Amino acid sequence: MQLDPRLVWLIPVPPLLSFFLIVLFTNRSKAFSHAVAIVSILSSLGLSLAVFFQTLTVEHFGEGETIIQHAVDWLPFGSAAVGTKPLQMGVLVDPLTAVTLFFVSIACALIFIYSVGYSNFGKPRDPHDTPGNPPHNGVEPLYSRFFAFLSLFAFGMLLLVVADNLLLLFVGWEIMGLCSYLLIGFWYARKYENPNQITPRQAAVKAFMTTRVGDVIMMLGIVYLYNLTGTLSFREILYNEEVLHMLATTPSYIVGLSAAGLIGLLLFAGAVGKSAQFPLHVWLPDAMEGPTPVSAMIHAATMVSAGVYAMIRMYPVLSAGFDGHTPTVAMNAMAFIGAFTALFAATIAVAQRDVKKVLAYSTISQLGYMIAALGIGGYIAAAFHLVTHAFFKALLFLGSGSVIHGVEHGAHHSHEKGGHADPPLLDPQDMFNMGGLAKKMPVTYWTFVIGGFALSGFPLVTAGFWSKDEILADAFAHNQIVFWTLAAAAFLTAFYTMRQICLTFLGQPRTKAAEHASESDPIFEPMKFALLVLAFFAITAGWVGIPEHFPGLGGLLPNWFHEFVGGTLLEHPETLEFNFFPLATSIVVALGGLFLGWLVYRDVPAGAADPLEAPLGPLYVALKNKYGFDEAYATLFVRPMTWLSEVVVSAWVDRGLIDGTLHLIGRTALRIGHAFRNYFDAPVVNGFGDLVGEGTKWFGRRFRVIQTGNVQQYLVVVMVIVLVVGVVLTLPGLGR
Amino acid sequence: MIPLSWYLILAAALFCVGLYGVLARKNAVAILMGIELMLNAVNINLVAFWRYLTPNVPSGQMFAIIVFTVAAAEAAVGLALIISIYRRRNTVVAEEIDLMKW
Repeated sequence: MQLDPRLVWLIPVPPLLSFFLIVLFTNRSKAFSHAVAIVSILSSLGLSLAVFFQTLTVEHFGEGETIIQHAVDWLPFGSAAVGTKPLQMGVLVDPLTAVTLFFVSIACALIFIYSVGYSNFGKPRDPHDTPGNPPHNGVEPLYSRFFAFLSLFAFGMLLLVVADNLLLLFVGWEIMGLCSYLLIGFWYARKYENPNQITPRQAAVKAFMTTRVGDVIMMLGIVYLYNLTGTLSFREILYNEEVLHMLATTPSYIVGLSAAGLIGLLLFAGAVGKSAQFPLHVWLPDAMEGPTPVSAMIHAATMVSAGVYAMIRMYPVLSAGFDGHTPTVAMNAMAFIGAFTALFAATIAVAQRDVKKVLAYSTISQLGYMIAALGIGGYIAAAFHLVTHAFFKALLFLGSGSVIHGVEHGAHHSHEKGGHADPPLLDPQDMFNMGGLAKKMPVTYWTFVIGGFALSGFPLVTAGFWSKDEILADAFAHNQIVFWTLAAAAFLTAFYTMRQICLTFLGQPRTKAAEHASESDPIFEPMKFALLVLAFFAITAGWVGIPEHFPGLGGLLPNWFHEFVGGTLLEHPETLEFNFFPLATSIVVALGGLFLGWLVYRDVPAGAADPLEAPLGPLYVALKNKYGFDEAYATLFVRPMTWLSEVVVSAWVDRGLIDGTLHLIGRTALRIGHAFRNYFDAPVVNGFGDLVGEGTKWFGRRFRVIQTGNVQQYLVVVMVIVLVVGVVLTLPGLGR
Repeated sequence: MIPLSWYLILAAALFCVGLYGVLARKNAVAILMGIELMLNAVNINLVAFWRYLTPNVPSGQMFAIIVFTVAAAEAAVGLALIISIYRRRNTVVAEEIDLMKW
């Protein structure tokens, strides 16, 4: 049975409906709002799964015409000269889309469910809570709005995934940018004691502005591509040898760079912004100012994946002219930036104290892996890691949200008991305030361990191992520098993951809050559900991509992922020869990092400094300050921009030039008005009016004396006048 | 037949008597009476002119009737005013009724 391709249109629609329903109608009722949102995302999930399983039944899906596609004419653009058709908007499901739909819709649905618990649904509203601040121990005041934003976000992501052309993809991309801004700044009223700590409001602006840099450049790439090919449809560009060849051979505006290279670099800049690659990575750690599970998870599992997804999607353009040996310029840039970001972010993550910041940097690092994998031609490996990473990173973030909630819970608990041992403003996200949570929150602990081990690439069992191993194998075969960089990053990844697990869950509780932390409250139920489902996928998602030649396990399960997603490309990517060296490296760095992390952090006493602080010395400070990128950007871009806007634009141009001109016009008009008033209105118009009035008054004063009130005098006057008139009329020569 | 001028002389005399009464009397009732005399002097004129000059056109009589009517109305209103003034100010002397001045 073939699925009606028009059904695919419906996948992104329910969340959009839900957004408008909540905003317009149900926003007063918290229960209604989350019901609408969850039903909508579950219908999207159902449709996505239907499409996904439908694609599984098709042999060699994605090759030739066996894809699901439906498009309508959108704008009557296109020119007869280049022989282009009108601009079409449509949906497309090929293997890559199907796989992405699978993890995106599952992840989104789980966030929605998790958020019900995380926002304290079911508790009465705390009277201290104000909208725009995190709730203390009651239900989130802006609960409905939260679900509205989530729905809109899900719409953006699903739209991006099913888009069949770059423009529609870009639309979804920008919708997510907006939602990202809204969700990071969700607690817009939050303020901190420390004026240097970035507030959610500032973080939202920062994220928006930073990603905007990438987006504008990406837009240029899209326009250039459209200009050259006259179409933006994926099928027409990416599956068309002629177009790709044309792009690869046409010289661009930059000498020595083909059009494909320039377009690739421009598009890659967009991904650098969205997927938080160096040097535009600064927004992602600060995005953790949003509500923990959701905004953080969005910024880990789904939205930032969009950048990588777009790169995988555009891979044929990026690699146009790639013969399997000499990578293109765009690929080199991706390999370099990806590998560098992977290592660079991993080093920063080692020195972070905030449980979410560690995960944020690990996200940047893992996205670097994917980009680097694409850069060396590891198309399948990148897609594979994208999927597995989405699951385990979502799991880790939701787990950290649960931890934070548990510690906050404990803080309230110890507060209620009158325990004032903790400082009143305990940071529930600081891992050094935790410890020993394994016994208090077993579900969170075990799922977090699964996620963490998947992130570190714990051999054989976890999903992360298989995908990371594939990337390393690809890197080993193609580019030794990238391979060693990624291996070092993998070691650090394992190390900081173990550091995080140890500091959070092992050892003794370091604060009263950690001692009283618990996950028994009913609000944790939906959260645990989401964690368990994700933990399942964090293990099993890797089994679909076990290489065929893997000793022992290879061949037990067919390397389905490679076969399936490989169908997206014009030519099936070749299967790598199995090589023992990268596998051994992968296992050694993962286990070594985990073991070393356990050794250093297994029992950190309360109040102790980070054990790495002393041996690393100034390096630790540099890591802790994230190499000073925020400060550097503030000096390089933010302050000049502020100066430009305040001094040049505001003071000179706006207040000087524009206001000056307007004031001049105003003053001139004022002077003309004055002249009219003083020389015409006052003397002529007013003077005449006054003259009439004053004259009347003057005559009145003069002649009122004859008004004596005596009727007989009047009659005398009448008689005299009658006589005079009579005489005058009767005198001969006068009257007649 | 009595010539027209006699009537006119009579009317003029009557008018002068009335005018004198209006201008010279102090009592407001007497002034009213003077006005009646003047009106009736006019009536004599009207009737006389009709009879002697245009006996076929009854406009003179018509005017006389209208003047009667006016005179009657004037007397009624005037007397009512005088009674009202008398009640309020206890006087009918025209010189003392001078509220309506500047």
